Amino acid sequence: MAELTTTAPRAVTNPRATLQDLLPKIVLAPSFALILIFVYGFIIFTAFLSFSGSKLLPDFSTWVGLNNYVRLFNHPNWITALKNLAIFSVLYIVICSFIGLALAIFLDQKIRGEGFLRPIYLYPMALSFIVTGVAWKWFLDPGIGLEHVMQSWGWESFSFRWIKEGQMAIYTIVIAAVWQSSGFVMAMFLAGLRGVDNEIIKAAQIDGASTLTIYRRIIIPLMRPVFLSAFVVLAHLAIKSYDLVVAMTDGGPGTATWTPALFMQKFTFGRNEMGMGAASAIIMMMMIFAIIVPYLYSELGGKKK
Amino acid sequence: MRKFLMSTAAVAALFAAPMPMAHAEESVEVLHWWTSGGEAAALDVLKKNLESQGVTWKDMPVAGGGGEAAMTALRARVTAGDPPTAVQALGFDITDWANQGVVGDLGEVADKEGWDKVVPAALQNFAKHDGKWIAAPVNVHSTNWVWISKKALDAAGGKAPETWDELVAVLDKMQANGITPLGHGGQAWQDATIFDAVVLSLGTDFYKSSMIDLDPAALGGDKMVEAFDRMTKLKSYVDKDFSGRDWNLASAMVIEGKAGMQMMGDWAKGEFLKAGQKPGTDFVCIRFPGTQGAVTFNSDMFMMFKVGDDKKKAQLQMAADIEDPAFQSSFNVVKGSVPARTDVPDTAFDDCGKKGIKDLAEASSGGKLFGSMAHGYAAPAAVKNALYDVVTRHFNGELDSKAAATALAEAVAAAKG
Repeated sequence: MAELTTTAPRAVTNPRATLQDLLPKIVLAPSFALILIFVYGFIIFTAFLSFSGSKLLPDFSTWVGLNNYVRLFNHPNWITALKNLAIFSVLYIVICSFIGLALAIFLDQKIRGEGFLRPIYLYPMALSFIVTGVAWKWFLDPGIGLEHVMQSWGWESFSFRWIKEGQMAIYTIVIAAVWQSSGFVMAMFLAGLRGVDNEIIKAAQIDGASTLTIYRRIIIPLMRPVFLSAFVVLAHLAIKSYDLVVAMTDGGPGTATWTPALFMQKFTFGRNEMGMGAASAIIMMMMIFAIIVPYLYSELGGKKK
Repeated sequence: MRKFLMSTAAVAALFAAPMPMAHAEESVEVLHWWTSGGEAAALDVLKKNLESQGVTWKDMPVAGGGGEAAMTALRARVTAGDPPTAVQALGFDITDWANQGVVGDLGEVADKEGWDKVVPAALQNFAKHDGKWIAAPVNVHSTNWVWISKKALDAAGGKAPETWDELVAVLDKMQANGITPLGHGGQAWQDATIFDAVVLSLGTDFYKSSMIDLDPAALGGDKMVEAFDRMTKLKSYVDKDFSGRDWNLASAMVIEGKAGMQMMGDWAKGEFLKAGQKPGTDFVCIRFPGTQGAVTFNSDMFMMFKVGDDKKKAQLQMAADIEDPAFQSSFNVVKGSVPARTDVPDTAFDDCGKKGIKDLAEASSGGKLFGSMAHGYAAPAAVKNALYDVVTRHFNGELDSKAAATALAEAVAAAKG
């Protein structure tokens, strides 16, 4: 707003320049307004809901203070969901980064058929998590999937029934998610690898460094910004993970694979506990902000220097 | 805030859709989740009846989640101030909506046709709110049924079990015969459906105090530990791949002879009939052992919303058509349930249907007709789902019976608060 008023006097002298100044603002204004209402407006709406006693519909006549949050953190399903989120996000991020980097390094060896191989790894990303989830659910189902096939091929003692076991089911979700996202991380690393200055590598080779040392001491440290971007993308996907869980286990066996997003949906819409659902949504948002805000600071701060 | 939303939406609706107002023609808009073959066919009867009376039927099917998706769609419509004419709904959901003050009044047609006399009192607790009729019950499902494969039963001695000990003996025999004794799908609501019957088998008073009155002493007491022990025993008879299986696949296991029996509400009968099986010769229907004489019910109702005067006539017409004895008979023969009116003749029903009608009348007059906890007729959604959590965690081995009873009392108390 302040900028608008400072440019106003110039309008008298040079209308064309003013228009050029204003045009970006005019073009951006609708989307800015929409985001203001539909993102930040509804965040505030949800925050209000989380302090209200809303059950079936939003209800702002009863205020319960922090009661929804207290009930949330006393609820065994929410604790399960947080534990699952910890297991899932750590494994998902670490394994995806590792596989993504490894695939990118192998593809970067100027091999034949790279143009053919690259999309193969990338294509799982084009599927929705629902499709991935249903496919892996069938694949991992002991009655029709991997175990059944292995046994029918004669390996009678083969057993892989994690998806049916409460303790292990969350790891099957990690497997499916890693399968889906590794190719995307690979593409990010591949772009990073292509950006590495050849001169540095040549200099290192002249100094007699082995390929392994070059990667370990030079190239992988140079990938730091890519690691950061991959971390941010994967971390918020992990916190939001909902569709994959719904398609694969729907929270089962028992309540073993509940995640915070599943909790939010089930409480808000299935259990008529809109206040508690809103509280869980606010906690999830705080988790995401805890990741995104420092990242944005480091990115934007870096540009200004 | 809600008022603001409603008025804004109402203004928006005025601008957006002035056309339907101009129509003089009668119409009803119906939100439901009866989309599968048999159910859709059953509902079609009602649609045809209405159309022959000059009322157009605007279908709004929202499938999925046993009505959960439909309830979410309904929330949006009501918040926007534009509810459908009629909505398929269950139990405490109806009460919850009635408390929001958005439901209609069917008194005019209910008084004229004397619903008070023919609909069981236990159903009226939900279909009426503050003494006003707000919903038209379509059917009564009972949930404490056991469906047994005749062949498997004959191989296990041929006598249908009447007590818990006899049930265990039959299940043991079936296991020795090399089949899965209990066909079951490991989803929370299916676990809870069996749990309903198990609690009822420990006494109708116990069911009432624990499931309906939510008495903490009954929920966490020794008898509840025994109920959970019975669940553990039943768990030992399911196959190892049960987790996540849909109920109709569990029925298919019994139909194909891979499993001995299934404990499920009477909608399972439709699966047997569709497979060409006959009650009495191919499969046997009994009440869960120890619960003969009592019924836990689940009733599909059409909840009527407050609509403008232009739609009111069609709404009342629809309500009258639903309670028409001929429709009640033809619908429920197809759906597997029994009529919501007790004065409908049972001539068109098969043996299991006849038994269902007789049991319902007997339970209703004896005060042993209870709302099913698993299907939202014993407690509101929050409490029901809190119970689901504990029952399914116990059934999947996360809790032992004693811990489960304690957790149940705690979870129900937390959900009530």
